[in-house]
Amino acid sequence: METISFELNGQTLEALVGETILQAADRAGVADIPRLCYKEGYRTDGNCRSCVVEIEGERVLAPSCCRYPQQGMKVNSKSERAVHSQKMVLELLLADMPESGKSPYTPNSELDEWVEKLGLSKPRFSRRVQPAFDNSHPAMSVNLDTCIQCTRCVRACREVQVNDVIGMAYRGSHAEIVFDFGDPMGDSTCVACGECVQACPTGALMPANDVGLVAPDKKVESVCPYCGVGCLLTYHVKEGKLLRVNGREGPANHERLCVKGRYGFDYVHHPDRLTKPLIRIKDAPKTIELLQPKDWQKVFREATWEEALDFAADGFSKIRDENGPDALAAFGCAKGSNEEAYLLQKLVRTGFGTNNIDHCTRLCHASSVSALLEGIGSGAVSNPFTDVTDAEVIFLIGANPIGNHPVAATFMKNAVKAGKKLILLDPRRTALSRHATYDLQFRPDTDVALLNSLMHVIIEEKLCDEKYITEHTTDFEKLKSNVADYSPEKVAPICGIPEETLREVARTYATAESAIILWGMGISQHIHGTDNSRCLIALSLMTGQIGRPGTGLHPLRGQNNVQGTSDMGLIPMFFPDYKSVTDPENKKWFENFWGTSLNPKTGLTVVEIVDAVHSGGVRGMYVQGENPAMSDPNLNHARGALSMLEHLVVQDIFLTETAGFADVIFPASAFPEKSGTFTNSNRQVQLGRQAIDPPGNARQDWWIIQEVARRLGVDWSYDGPEEIFSEIRKATPSMAGITWKRLQKEHSVTYPCNKEGDPGEAIVFRKGFPTANKKARFVPAKYTHADEMPDEEFPFVFITSRQLEHWHTGSMTRRATVLNAIEPYPVVHVHPDDLQKLGVEPGEAVTIESRRGKISTYSRQDPGVQQGNLFMSFAYNEAAANLITTSVLDPFGKIPEVKFCAVRMSAGGNPEMRIG
Amino acid sequence: MNKKKLGKQKGRLVDSEALLEVQKLLSDMPLRKDMLIEALHLIQDEFHYLSAKHLVALAHEMKLAHAEVFEVATFYHHFDVIKENDAPPPPLTVRICDSLTCEMSGAKELTESLKNVLGEGVRIQPVPCVGRCQNAPVAVVGKNPLDLATIESVQNAVNKKEVRPEIPEYVGFSQYRDTGGYQLFQECNSGKRTAESVIDELKKSGLRGLGGAGFPAGSKWEIVKRFSGPRLLAVNIDEGEPGTFKDRFYLETDPHRFLEGSLIAAWAVGIDEIYIYLRDEYAAANEILLREIKELQSAFPDILPQIYLRRGAGAYICGEESAMIESIEGKRGIPRLRPPYVAEVGLFDRPTLEHNMETLHWIRDIVEKGAKSFSSHGRRGRKGLRAFSVSGRVQKPGVHLAPAGISMLELIDEYCGGMLPGHSFYGYFPGGASGGMLPASLGDLPLDFDTLQEHGTFIGSAAVIVFSDQDSARKLALNAMRFFEHESCGQCTPCRVGTAKAIPLMEQKTWNKSLLEELSQTMEDASICGLGQAAPNPLRCVMKYFPQEV
Repeated sequence: METISFELNGQTLEALVGETILQAADRAGVADIPRLCYKEGYRTDGNCRSCVVEIEGERVLAPSCCRYPQQGMKVNSKSERAVHSQKMVLELLLADMPESGKSPYTPNSELDEWVEKLGLSKPRFSRRVQPAFDNSHPAMSVNLDTCIQCTRCVRACREVQVNDVIGMAYRGSHAEIVFDFGDPMGDSTCVACGECVQACPTGALMPANDVGLVAPDKKVESVCPYCGVGCLLTYHVKEGKLLRVNGREGPANHERLCVKGRYGFDYVHHPDRLTKPLIRIKDAPKTIELLQPKDWQKVFREATWEEALDFAADGFSKIRDENGPDALAAFGCAKGSNEEAYLLQKLVRTGFGTNNIDHCTRLCHASSVSALLEGIGSGAVSNPFTDVTDAEVIFLIGANPIGNHPVAATFMKNAVKAGKKLILLDPRRTALSRHATYDLQFRPDTDVALLNSLMHVIIEEKLCDEKYITEHTTDFEKLKSNVADYSPEKVAPICGIPEETLREVARTYATAESAIILWGMGISQHIHGTDNSRCLIALSLMTGQIGRPGTGLHPLRGQNNVQGTSDMGLIPMFFPDYKSVTDPENKKWFENFWGTSLNPKTGLTVVEIVDAVHSGGVRGMYVQGENPAMSDPNLNHARGALSMLEHLVVQDIFLTETAGFADVIFPASAFPEKSGTFTNSNRQVQLGRQAIDPPGNARQDWWIIQEVARRLGVDWSYDGPEEIFSEIRKATPSMAGITWKRLQKEHSVTYPCNKEGDPGEAIVFRKGFPTANKKARFVPAKYTHADEMPDEEFPFVFITSRQLEHWHTGSMTRRATVLNAIEPYPVVHVHPDDLQKLGVEPGEAVTIESRRGKISTYSRQDPGVQQGNLFMSFAYNEAAANLITTSVLDPFGKIPEVKFCAVRMSAGGNPEMRIG
Repeated sequence: MNKKKLGKQKGRLVDSEALLEVQKLLSDMPLRKDMLIEALHLIQDEFHYLSAKHLVALAHEMKLAHAEVFEVATFYHHFDVIKENDAPPPPLTVRICDSLTCEMSGAKELTESLKNVLGEGVRIQPVPCVGRCQNAPVAVVGKNPLDLATIESVQNAVNKKEVRPEIPEYVGFSQYRDTGGYQLFQECNSGKRTAESVIDELKKSGLRGLGGAGFPAGSKWEIVKRFSGPRLLAVNIDEGEPGTFKDRFYLETDPHRFLEGSLIAAWAVGIDEIYIYLRDEYAAANEILLREIKELQSAFPDILPQIYLRRGAGAYICGEESAMIESIEGKRGIPRLRPPYVAEVGLFDRPTLEHNMETLHWIRDIVEKGAKSFSSHGRRGRKGLRAFSVSGRVQKPGVHLAPAGISMLELIDEYCGGMLPGHSFYGYFPGGASGGMLPASLGDLPLDFDTLQEHGTFIGSAAVIVFSDQDSARKLALNAMRFFEHESCGQCTPCRVGTAKAIPLMEQKTWNKSLLEELSQTMEDASICGLGQAAPNPLRCVMKYFPQEV
């Protein structure tokens, strides 16, 4: 390895190429050069000057953090001249610190550290006029009296997370950190990612309420429970409670976090936590109405675990024995661990005897996965989202990662800043639009037409990768003849994007050295969601933009472990590792592995189960960590089903909207209270480590499932997640090479990892596809409409969405202090002109009604929304968006069309009373 | 529940009226990020301030974040950012220079008097050197500079709303061309001369950068030429050093000379784009250049490189070569860390030839008349000519073209008509505020590059300010330090904090000399750029040469 020989303080050092003087000194463990504005992983700025050294032959001192050693260079960090300036710089900065000398806001001030190391005493200079405090933000405090203008926070906000809120305004000694136009942080566009807090060396930016001054009892390395990015983090624990969260280096996040992961953890300690098993009081009626948690005693009574488990299991076995195994069904938890998911599907298959097991993937990427399995034989991503760094072109459609995968979005923004092209296709303009090279705000529901027109151009202009098509695909001719009918001229008025733009986008994507496609719910949650995904797959196959770094197909997986729960077979048509349940060979293998006979029929999916409850087919359900009373489409119908069940067992951490319908409630463990493996969107299997104990009598989910299973006649005796994981390895060949020990050591291992010692494959399909003939298949799609088009009676299009501060049904985040403080009320996003026509002042309530339900909510003007469209998240039970949505399904993926239904909107109304 | 907040996303919304106004102003200006400062000028000029709603509209048009626009706008003192609850400034601002020569000439008293006299409708702003020191004190009414300003002359201009500058007589394009101008350029362009021969002549002449850094011009052309293109030329007319006005002098008398020099440099080095950065205080020169560049471009429609004129916005630091580049790129004028040097990675990350305007002004003469026509001048063994901007207590302040190596005493005597009556020579600044101060006892030193360093001073841009027994060296040094504190970009600790901490120390009756020396050492050794490195010069010179005052 090439090194550069240079002298530091008389000692010869070997620097690596690309390593600065400071880094070389640190790596050699010598010199201990002071530094403040330097932060590992961030661009160096060289402004504090505390790291200055003398370089022989140079007139002035040099910043060692920014200078690279040259062969034979002579550097001195301890000469009289160098030390004089290092100390003087520290003294100048210290002079402006609060009178106490040390930082009053953090015990870990790096300035204090160097002041002590260099033996400085009281500064001899006058203090500046201190800037005012800013405590306007619920999550962070701004104490600029300890700011040393190092710009680490500016780099954090502008270069790392690219939220572009922080600036360094004014000039000279008046230079000051500002948010937006010098606004209080709480009023600014700050998204509370906390990167600046993590970056600040002196305590000028800290978590609110002086949390930073409390020394933790222990630090536990774990994973974030929220989204499919799977950020690694560290929990700080004090007296058995979570104190704070810091970002940790992980392959998917590189120390970054978002507001949820960093500041949304205290739901775990909310007084609403379930701590004792509950049994429904005999004859307490079940209606479609939701139960206020504080009124639980009207409906439930406390019970011992024995009683609750017996009652739960008896109820199941009664229905199983009297009405048949298929009268039972279960919803599993995509936030739960792989171990929990594996056990639950095993319980349902071996304990209940049915394949009626499903989870929220059905509501999310079911259509994407269905198209992927069909076309390329594998439902998981081909490249990690971090490959946007290697891509020349990023094609992002029907997704708003700024809201739902914020850290993944930072890598996209980094790529754009580095000169890569972003093609953004979304009916709604978001904070990402500003960065897009091409911003296609197309009409909702017209994806197939638009995508087909792109393919039409690529074929017409001979931009296909002929070689790739021949070697790796089949059925191209079918696709080609299908898209012949979708010229840009024809499609432009349909999708609302000019012809020339369609052509330019097609060319840009096709001719790129490497181009990656990422997508979200805008693609999948339609009755033609599978068709939408088929088009995306075709786009990448015909241009050979797959199987290499910076290319491929990445459906952004929503839940932190939805990839894992799908892998574990928590779905009605597959055993673990996507082995079809109807295939006799697979059935035989699992019957052998699990020692019992298995049901040969594919089970029902989420919405089908709800329908089956209505028709009397399904009578009993086990719901673990799911909240269908908020997440299912057409809630009146779904809640109706829940109220009709003979026997409903709910296992959760809160008395959720769903739990109110239960016959038995098990108090379960929250994420920081368990250890387990979790698989993110990148196929990285990551280890979550238990940091605190579950409260009261709440128990581990895996234990509860095992206890239920035992009472159903299945003789399990697992002693914990590690043991369960070793069984998972046997059932899931693509994870067979991952060991618990390796996870403990490396925290994160990518699958496929077929045998121990394999590094794990980040990029797949390099040499063909996991199909019978190793080739991928083009499946053409014709443009069709959504199920319920707007008409005179219901003229608006209602589109469900998510938001940064809240997660899905809100069961966690409405109870997280910071998150709910930022966004406490339900809002629907409406174009300002639409509000004006209705005579509604933004902020005032509106009532939205579909053929299925009605809600009242507050209105928020959003010029990024097209006229005639409404966007709303489903996190607020006082205005549950899914009361409105349709449960019509995509025929292949069985996913409901929650991205499009027809509604009318009128002024006025009042949201319901909040449940909880 | 705050319904107003609930009803919108966080942050400011775009106001549709403001958006239309901004779109109209921008008209067909390219919306590239580097045009930000030009766009801010359009809005400031039109509305006399930058309101939050216009900044939001601008950010929207240029696809910039609000913080990005705000941090740039607030860096430059010619922009008034007015938020929702702030009162906008009165439409008329009178700027009164408070730098060295103007302070000596009664700027403070003038300012105080005018505050009482002009009333509420006029804003009075003390500002740093506006480059008219030979006629101090100077007050600028709107964009109209009043030399030898008095209460009466200012009041008169205010009342009559005389806010535009008078354009002086100068050699326009036709006259320049008729008297032989652009002949040399055409010879070069048509191949009658070779780049090597021209560069050679420059090297022989010994022409060095006249902005103050003194880098040999010919060598610089060679260095930049070696890096592969595309290459750019950046012309520095951010003449902001207190005491300097020679660039303005040449601009307002014979502007085509530097333009031709630029074209020859562009031809010799292989440059396709020329960016001229003109300090915003030179409103007359701006008009002149706009006019003359247009004529030049019409006369030679096919053979010129692109020429762009960019305005500064009130920041002395933008005279530093890399800060100027940052400013042309539409950013805060923050000097870059070197290496890499501007010749290799400069404007828009391209290899860039950067020159002070005056250096380019001499190219034509040197090449046409030969190196010796320049290098044969000089005294005391020094070579060449210097355009000294002389101001202060002399009879004839102004731009004096004199041999390099001339002494202060000779300059006063032979060119400036001696000291003003009642003033005896006490000391002088040989190179503006940053060049430090020398006592009269050292009035015989040769004034040139390299000759003054051993005395703790330098010639810089040859901005010479002469002070007398009526003046106080320590007061002048304090004026200089206040200037540096005001103009520091704020990037690095030694300068940002050092200049601020030096002031209260220099205000003490008896200076803490050891502490000031400690501070000065760090400012010189560890500041990123010349501003911080040179800022301690005046105070160190006071301690060395005028110790009786402190």
